Amino acid sequence: MDTIDTKSRGAQEFMKGIWKENPIFVSVLGMCPALAVTNTAMNSLAMGLATTFVLVCSSILVSSLRKVIPKPVRITAYIIIIATFVTIVDFALAAFTPAIHKELGAFIALIVVNCLILGRQESFASKNTIGLAIKDAVGMSLGFTFAMLCIGIPREVLGSGSLFDISLFGENFEPWVVMILPPGGFFMLGFLLLIFNWFAQRKNKMKNNLVENNG
Amino acid sequence: MSEDQNITASKIEEEKEPSSLTLIFALGIAGFISGIILVGTYLYTLPLIEANKADAMKNAIFKVLPNCNSFKTLKLENGVLVEQKENEKQKKENDDEALVIYAGYNANKKLIGFAIPGSEPGFQDIIGAIFGYDAVNKKIIGFEVLESKETPGLGDKIFKNADFQTNFKALSVDPSIVLVKSGQKQADHEVDGISGATISSKAVVGLLNNTMSIWRKAIDDYIKKN
Repeated sequence: MDTIDTKSRGAQEFMKGIWKENPIFVSVLGMCPALAVTNTAMNSLAMGLATTFVLVCSSILVSSLRKVIPKPVRITAYIIIIATFVTIVDFALAAFTPAIHKELGAFIALIVVNCLILGRQESFASKNTIGLAIKDAVGMSLGFTFAMLCIGIPREVLGSGSLFDISLFGENFEPWVVMILPPGGFFMLGFLLLIFNWFAQRKNKMKNNLVENNG
Repeated sequence: MSEDQNITASKIEEEKEPSSLTLIFALGIAGFISGIILVGTYLYTLPLIEANKADAMKNAIFKVLPNCNSFKTLKLENGVLVEQKENEKQKKENDDEALVIYAGYNANKKLIGFAIPGSEPGFQDIIGAIFGYDAVNKKIIGFEVLESKETPGLGDKIFKNADFQTNFKALSVDPSIVLVKSGQKQADHEVDGISGATISSKAVVGLLNNTMSIWRKAIDDYIKKN
């Protein structure tokens, strides 16, 4: 790691969350919100942004307190930090956007147990400087929000014939109701995982071929 | 490199067993700070959240009672409806929301009817709703779902389907409200069900009947008295 200068290291930490280590498509973390609240594009976006706020704030705090928090109780301390931010989000959404709060319901409180967030604290923020932790958290959150929209947009378009509540196909379109029901979430997620892994495999094969040819 | 490792190893050794007091202290501080932040957020957002709720309720009342432009909150006390005072309302709000109804008046201060909130288990979860009741003609004149997790595309037709909503323009509550199959409504007290959402339709009818049975007598007494 010493050979890579800090700037490109930062960029790397930022980019990895978006594609190479995408929390949903590669690490398969945060499945609960990915399946439950992606029935409309708006819900996906709201959930992505709420998770972004919690992840970035907790990463900053955990990273700055990494030398203060005693090792044996670190997980408990992380949970307290995460839960505090989640509760703030919960109250803020209820106060300023009651409609979205009503739609997301219990899933806002469930951000506390999103493995993505605790995972980043334990494996990254608690071991790195604040700057890197922020880049990692923002990258991961963007990757998460991007994946949520990848699931949410097709589900809303097919399941309700609309996008962000704007009707797309007019009266004659018969919506595929199954897409906004829970099974639709599984279909869409499975389909996207398939595409993602197919690309990853193809890339690996090409890399191997290149190495073989050169060798 | 090996020196480095030695240092980190001895460091870990050192940090290995912080005393229990340190741990309790650290978590205590964390909990304390977190608590203060949360209380602050709660106090700041509470009035906004309550205002949102009151707003939603007000809109619903105006929707289920056509031409209504002011209302009074009534509560049940020993079987008699009495007006609830403003200051009392805030104190009681959390106790039992089910035990208040709203009397709606039109521009000439004439009583139009009552907006009555009620709830009933639906297909997925409790359905919370409010309906307008015209006590003179003994008819339900409006219906609005406040809370529901019914299946999108099927059960949610109880509030998205305009045809189903027309059931509640002038629905007689005597002898009791009855659910019939879609398109077979003949009498005033029958409700056209939604095909594919039988349980949700049944829940709505149950909600109306059960809630009416709670309030019926008190409302009749109140009407006679005024």
